[in-house]
Amino acid sequence: MPQANGNLRVDLRLIADMVASGSRVLDVGCGDGALLAWLGRHKNVDGRGIELSMAGVSAAVAHGLSVIQGDADTDLEHYPSGAFDYVILSQTLQATYEPKTVLSNMLRIGRHAIVSFPNFGHWKVRSHLLLRGRMPVTDTLAYAWYETPNIHFCTIRDFLHLCRSLNIVVERRIALDRNGDMLRGWAGRALANLFAEQGLFLLSRKDESAG
Amino acid sequence: MTVSEPPGLRHLRDPRGYSIELGRDRPVRLDCGADIGPITVAYQTYGTLNAERSNAILICHALTGDHYVADPHPITGKPGWWNDLVGPGRLLDTDRYFLICSNVLGGCMGTTGPRDVNPATGKPWGLSFPVITIGDMVRVQARLLDALGIDQLFCVVGGSMGGMQTLEWCASFPERVFAAIPIATAARHSAQNIAFHEVGRQAIAADPDWCDGDYLSQGKFPNRGLAVARMAGHITYLSEAALHRKFGRNLQERDNFSYGFDADFQVESYLRHQGSTFVERFDANSYLYITRAMDYFDLAAANGGALANAFRGTPTRFCVISFSSDWLFPTSESRAVVQALNAVAANVSFVEIQSDKGHDAFLLDEPEFHATLGGFLDGAAEHRGLPRAVKDRAPGDGAP
Repeated sequence: MPQANGNLRVDLRLIADMVASGSRVLDVGCGDGALLAWLGRHKNVDGRGIELSMAGVSAAVAHGLSVIQGDADTDLEHYPSGAFDYVILSQTLQATYEPKTVLSNMLRIGRHAIVSFPNFGHWKVRSHLLLRGRMPVTDTLAYAWYETPNIHFCTIRDFLHLCRSLNIVVERRIALDRNGDMLRGWAGRALANLFAEQGLFLLSRKDESAG
Repeated sequence: MTVSEPPGLRHLRDPRGYSIELGRDRPVRLDCGADIGPITVAYQTYGTLNAERSNAILICHALTGDHYVADPHPITGKPGWWNDLVGPGRLLDTDRYFLICSNVLGGCMGTTGPRDVNPATGKPWGLSFPVITIGDMVRVQARLLDALGIDQLFCVVGGSMGGMQTLEWCASFPERVFAAIPIATAARHSAQNIAFHEVGRQAIAADPDWCDGDYLSQGKFPNRGLAVARMAGHITYLSEAALHRKFGRNLQERDNFSYGFDADFQVESYLRHQGSTFVERFDANSYLYITRAMDYFDLAAANGGALANAFRGTPTRFCVISFSSDWLFPTSESRAVVQALNAVAANVSFVEIQSDKGHDAFLLDEPEFHATLGGFLDGAAEHRGLPRAVKDRAPGDGAP
């Protein structure tokens, strides 16, 4: 529904598409609440947010959204199990202290989790290390090693491995290019770990899955 | 300001506020077990109550505040403590909301307190006034709303002790609170806060003019003790950074030390001024009773030891606000409230405002604070079906 998703940042459009109408959503790292506001208006979603920056929280609250200042590492544990239909973590997993705990908490709190992160398996990243012998600095990973907030990088394959070990079902996986657009064909499927700059996943708990 | 007066009430119109008698037929049962009534409650209103009676905002004042939110203080003549927030088109928009603020039980600005005459004895209450709690203050406010014919408040808002009352409202009368904004507050008074209050109380008690609380009968007043209490308290309302910015080590009207104990430093002079002006407008025994009420406040203990129990099933929309340099009610206390609210899946927003102005920031011009306050109120108003202010576009609308 490209028309219905107009005006939303391109990487948020795909996330919005994964959310069912009328559901309860927790957006972790929600920024100024753009996604929550869109979901509230167009999909009748009851949304809550967590955001680290005062400016982000202040902007979101000033637009009538329910957002708390906090972060994924410290605040998720205080939410009760099953409180949400979807818990969203966009481009933040690699910046958390304990990604495994965060992921577990997301699927404890929500029936579904929607996670996106930069893919450290992308060929440019690999070539940086292989050919230059230096830590990769790319468009999606724009920080030098000494100042990056990204402390827990993983590849798409790493992430899938973690999901398996946590009994998490991958319902959908989408490979994205640097602009957040979907990669199609072989680059987005079998070779996603080599050609995707970002991975986007719709996850659910094993006991909740239809199969 | 225009006010719709409910019929059949005995309102005594004060030039700057109302006062009403409550509890003559049905005294108020206090937490200490005593019954009190009839009592007088002084209050002020701004704006007009709508036909549905759905636009009322209760403003809860802090320890030494009063109901003159946006009026000149009758004694000091200074502008109301939230003067800049109240008015047509302002955050607390008198074109859209009906604002109510009442002087707390135990206060000294018109609501029954230890300075008043006990009708049973014909003498001032003094220390025979029952010890009150935050819960008692809120119970009296609820009686006032009953008398005004307001079943549900659109919002309860308050900072510091006003925030304690806000939290107490949500715990005691959840169905009567649509939205709540506890600011720079805590669900319990910390040991450090109790300690500072005790310093203030001991300063008052050490003043011979306190006369064991009986100073009114003896025609005296513990000016020095109350002033010292205020000075100690005032330090806790400021941050080190704010004190340094304001005064540094600057000397007061002199170039050198006096090598004596005059107010050499500006900060000393400032504190002495704060103390000496405070005694003109506040009652020493009221200070004892109200600080005690804050000390006793512990919403978790009152709910089986778990703060979340205080809010289980709450229908209220919360916006919790703290200030980064507030060491009297630090952000960790607000976070504890937020975590308890999250634990019961309540609808809560929370922001820590970056400010170097300390606890007093909630009374000062802090643009981010005001933006959050106004934005939350506006969003809540929309959910309540009240008119919204004309706003900018929401995020996500028209972004590239």
